[in-house]
Amino acid sequence: MSEMPVNEAPVLSVDNIAKAYGGVQALGGVSFEVRAGELLALIGPNGAGKSTCFNVLNGQIRPDAGTVRLAGRDITGMPPRAIARLGVGRTFQIAAVFGSLTVLANVETALAAARGKSFGLWRPQAGMAREEALALLDQTGIAALADRPAAGLAYGDVKRLELAIALAGSPRLLLMDEPTAGMGAHERLALIGLVRRLAAAHALAVLFTEHSMDVVFGHASRVVVLARGRVIADGSVEAVRADPRVRAVYLGHAGAEART
Amino acid sequence: MLTSPEAKRGNNRVSRGEREKHAAIGSLALATRMFLGFTKLEPRVRLLPKPCRDPKETRVALDALAFQMINGLASASGLFFVAAGLSIIFGVTRIVNMAHGAFYMLGLYLAVTLADRLPGPFGYWGGLLLAALAVGLLGAAVEVLLLRRIYHVPELYQLVATFALALILNDAALWIWGPEDLLGPRAPGLKGSIELLGRRLPDYDVFLAFAGPIVLLALHLLMKRTRFGRTVRAATQDREMVAALGINQALLFTAVFALGAFLAGLGGALQTAREPANLNLDLAVLGDAFVVVVIGGMGSIPGAYVAAVLVALVKALCIALGTVEIAGWAFNMTKLTLVAEFLVMALVLVLRPQGLFGRPHGAPARGLASEAPLRPMGGTGRGLAGAALAATLAVPLVATAWAYAPVLALDMLIAVIFAASLHLLMGPGGMASFGHAAYFGLGAYGTALAATGLGLPTVPAFGIGILAAGAGALVFGWFCVRLEGVYLAMLTLAFAQIVWSVAFQWEEVTGGSNGLIGIWPDWPFDSRTGLYLAALAVTVAALSLIRRLIFAPFGHALRAGRDARLRAEASGIDVARIRWLAFLVSGLIAGVAGGLYAFAKGSISPETLTVGRSIDALVMVLLGGLGNPAGPVLGAGAFTLLQDTVMRETDYWRALLGALILALVLLFPGGIAGGRLRR
Amino acid sequence: MRSAAHRLPLLARLAAGAALLLASVAATAPVHAAEPIRIGELNSYKAQPAFLEPYRKAMELAVEQVNAAGGINGRPLELITRDDGGNPGDAVRVAEDLVTREKADVLTGTFLSNVGLAVAGFADKRKVFFLASEPLTDKITWADGNRYTFRLRASTYMQVAMLMPHAVKANKKRWALVYPNYEYGQSAAATFKTLLKAAQPDVEFVAEQATPLGKLDAGAVAQALADAKPDAVFNVLFAADLAKFVREANSRGTLDGTFVVSLLSGEPEYLDPMKDEAPQGWVVTGYPWYAIDTPEHKAFLDAYQKKYGEPPRLGSIVGYTSIISLAEGLKKAGGPDTEKLVEAFKGLAVSGPFGPFTYRASDHQATMGAFVGTLGQKDGKGVMLDPVYVDGASVLPSDAEVEKLRPNRD
Repeated sequence: MSEMPVNEAPVLSVDNIAKAYGGVQALGGVSFEVRAGELLALIGPNGAGKSTCFNVLNGQIRPDAGTVRLAGRDITGMPPRAIARLGVGRTFQIAAVFGSLTVLANVETALAAARGKSFGLWRPQAGMAREEALALLDQTGIAALADRPAAGLAYGDVKRLELAIALAGSPRLLLMDEPTAGMGAHERLALIGLVRRLAAAHALAVLFTEHSMDVVFGHASRVVVLARGRVIADGSVEAVRADPRVRAVYLGHAGAEART
Repeated sequence: MLTSPEAKRGNNRVSRGEREKHAAIGSLALATRMFLGFTKLEPRVRLLPKPCRDPKETRVALDALAFQMINGLASASGLFFVAAGLSIIFGVTRIVNMAHGAFYMLGLYLAVTLADRLPGPFGYWGGLLLAALAVGLLGAAVEVLLLRRIYHVPELYQLVATFALALILNDAALWIWGPEDLLGPRAPGLKGSIELLGRRLPDYDVFLAFAGPIVLLALHLLMKRTRFGRTVRAATQDREMVAALGINQALLFTAVFALGAFLAGLGGALQTAREPANLNLDLAVLGDAFVVVVIGGMGSIPGAYVAAVLVALVKALCIALGTVEIAGWAFNMTKLTLVAEFLVMALVLVLRPQGLFGRPHGAPARGLASEAPLRPMGGTGRGLAGAALAATLAVPLVATAWAYAPVLALDMLIAVIFAASLHLLMGPGGMASFGHAAYFGLGAYGTALAATGLGLPTVPAFGIGILAAGAGALVFGWFCVRLEGVYLAMLTLAFAQIVWSVAFQWEEVTGGSNGLIGIWPDWPFDSRTGLYLAALAVTVAALSLIRRLIFAPFGHALRAGRDARLRAEASGIDVARIRWLAFLVSGLIAGVAGGLYAFAKGSISPETLTVGRSIDALVMVLLGGLGNPAGPVLGAGAFTLLQDTVMRETDYWRALLGALILALVLLFPGGIAGGRLRR
Repeated sequence: MRSAAHRLPLLARLAAGAALLLASVAATAPVHAAEPIRIGELNSYKAQPAFLEPYRKAMELAVEQVNAAGGINGRPLELITRDDGGNPGDAVRVAEDLVTREKADVLTGTFLSNVGLAVAGFADKRKVFFLASEPLTDKITWADGNRYTFRLRASTYMQVAMLMPHAVKANKKRWALVYPNYEYGQSAAATFKTLLKAAQPDVEFVAEQATPLGKLDAGAVAQALADAKPDAVFNVLFAADLAKFVREANSRGTLDGTFVVSLLSGEPEYLDPMKDEAPQGWVVTGYPWYAIDTPEHKAFLDAYQKKYGEPPRLGSIVGYTSIISLAEGLKKAGGPDTEKLVEAFKGLAVSGPFGPFTYRASDHQATMGAFVGTLGQKDGKGVMLDPVYVDGASVLPSDAEVEKLRPNRD
């Protein structure tokens, strides 16, 4: 499909994807790209289509039209597990981890899956990738919790653990749906700072949605604004902040949104 | 005892008194007939011309078919009442109420008793209502006194509690009403029949055919127009929301349970005119009610009605068609009525995993994510396991003094393997199976057929049995792992019932309802001790295999898929395939238990495939504790020992077993082996 | 549960226990009571209480009578009853329990055919004597018959054969069949068709309804039978299914004017619950306890009614005759030695409430017969009119024929 060499392709390129639910157009032709090392914030008022967009990218929802390419390869309509194996990590708006496993086993399980060893029936999983798992926990700052059951973690630590699980697949692209939701201001900035460092260190492309503007404007490399399923702005933080349409559609609705 | 001669005389008095017309009931029947525009036939007056008899006519006439369809609506209403109650209870409380059939049975017994004692049509119809109300009250009491204590544990424990309750209620009915079937009087005012398509349709069937939609409408209005109904609907869709809205959840649950029990009691009471009260009704009705609820979509009342009609019509069709010739083979369609409802259910669930009118719902409401992480066995664990192994090895030594020991211990080992196989599916897999007997039975039949039919030696025959169970699990699992929660459980049940009905009817191969006999193992397994030691080795191997599996990446992936399916998928785990493999392994191990069973008993019958056996395994696993690998061992051991002991101790052993299970559930909510780290 | 004791009220049991204790303490001379002969009995008491409660009562009566008459060569009988759980798997374990833990000398009992067959297989394997009292399946004495198993009750084949003269005499051409869809119903229907076809080659079978046991859709089935326009119907339904079927057939008039031949419907267990709706004119097998005036039956009836204050059911006959048979066999064998007992039972002559009968050496089947009569009404309940006792020996195949039916004979 792609005429240009793969190494020049953006990590993610979304082309005109559309999705409707029973007559309601959740996404009406959305296009954007994310490049390696970049932190792209996808923002917009509630119901703008951010979550639908995420679920399309990750394979949970099949779009009605449009294509999603990962490093030039068409991944539209692939199931989530296949997309994950191609190097897309994801975190969820309500952080999901494997509650009945220890923190370490959470990451080890994700590592085994990434290496296609989930069907290993005989050798115990513990010890197969202990060092790598501990390294990931170290990077996300929760190595001290390795032996704790995941079900008992504080929410901020759950978010970090989920990030470690997502990183276990050595992703090229990290999709983070509201990575800092439910966290205090200090924790929030610490987490997004961590993501930024990791992105730089591993040349990761990061796409995240976010409600808190201090995170967006303080850390994103670029911002895409969605409203009613369409992209209304795509540019640098400063350009988007200055864009009158964004101010009208997005910030103007901030008050209304608070009431809903 | 209520079967006294006085009661019988009282009944005769009622039936004599019924000859006079009674205004209220008569007018209802009359209105029904006017509405239909049918001719009225007086009771016992035959106006029908003798049907012309054409010996050449073998085809089923179209009018016969049409008549049977209309006739089926009466049966559909009967099914609907009891299914609607079950559906409402499940929708709001998520309780799989195993005592629902017992409520129905009690409704019928009470109605028959009251009809024999209350004179006149008002007595009869009032008695029906009173019976239903009494059952409703009983339902409320059960909720307040029993279920409320165990809402904080996973929902399946409420299934165990209601199962135990059903055992107790059945024995209570035996104690109160005695063993003989009690046929109630016919309904005053509705003893005649109308003429339709040249046949006679009893008034009572017409009444029932209308009663179903009327109750449906009443429930619809209740749900749409009242505050209670709105709350119920809200709770059915989102339970957390109800708590958030500040509704008194305890009161809501009591009311809902009472309403569901009332509907079951009403369904039973309305059968007074159609069938005798007897002690087998509870289980027979329970199965039907579940099937109807699942086909319709759990929580959907209109769905339950549509499903009841669908099931009734399919059965009516089978009965009306009689023996048909397909490609030169004469096939007696009436034999399909044995399993028709389960065939319909399997088909519906395969095509529409949430039932006809159900909403697709994601993960089960309350998972088991709070269970403790698996750790390698510590010193105590190893000590206990070692002690258990030593004790089981020592059993043959005491056999000289106590010859029964290896016999009972062998049954316990078989139960342990069977329960452990189900536990793999239900615990780490998060997939409850109500039809695990399918794989146990396939293992038993495979082994038995290989040993007797093919004449294979013991060990290869055993292997073939295990493979047969695995093949079944492979096929059924492929369909089942696509479903979630109770729907998954019900599809496993449907498959088990289908296998059962095949074994039950395929006389030439499976020996039909009698089964196969003379399946004794060869030397050295032909002595009690020999077989016991072999079974012990197999048990240790099976348990070790399961333990390996759950510590391997496969086991972790399985638990990951259960704890957070989307998360697991997003990490590249193929959850459906992992679950399918778990299904296969679980089926193979259940087949091991089945094969051992065949050799231990020397005979097998379709009983190895029944719902009862599946439920036993379910109770063993839950009694033991879902969250602990030692759970099935303790649960199966305790259950087998308890059952063997209570069966010796009293005539009312079912009630005693039920009471003991209840006590265990209340004492150890979450199972004997614990497994709940924290709440 | 030792059956004699556990029927007593608690207080009586306590008193008896205390008395026994006192007696044993007070006794100076050692009273060496003869070692009892233990009869291990297992049955589906929970699954089939209507039949089996009268059955157990009659067994206890028989044990009392045998012991009062001096027991077996001075040794008393002891009856140990157990619930078999209603399924073959539990039953085999209970049988093991009776043999190993309770030291039962012989086994008897069982109601369901699959349980009976499983216990018979167990008896063969462990070389234990087993008198199958009630299971009706032909296989237990024929296809799956074995050395250690005998059967008391007239089998499915025998019951059908007893009705056959009436079916043939009626000379109806179009027959419809309705039966519960399991081995008992299937084999009854198959036997009926074979025997009738042989006696009346032009017979036509116009409808066959095989209904799920306990879950009969009575209205639909009654109508479907009528739609086939039969001249006569052969019915195998029983218990709740029968009551439902009869009521629907009555209110729909679907059997009006149709000749009906019906298996077991004259047994009080199934006839009584139908009260004044009991069908009339059906030719049935059964047990008309109110109309049998032989001295043997009179003696049994009086003793039973005196002890329990209620009329016996067919279950009572089966329970009583089982114990009497075992007592006779044990006497003939001189004790509970299994091999001797097996030989003693071959050709054993017994006199029960139905009169004298024997256990055939060829197939281990008792020749105890049943009553055939026409159903009618009396005082608002169903009764068998003009019942005639049909000797089982008269309907059983000859020894030569049995040889072919019983591959595993000895």
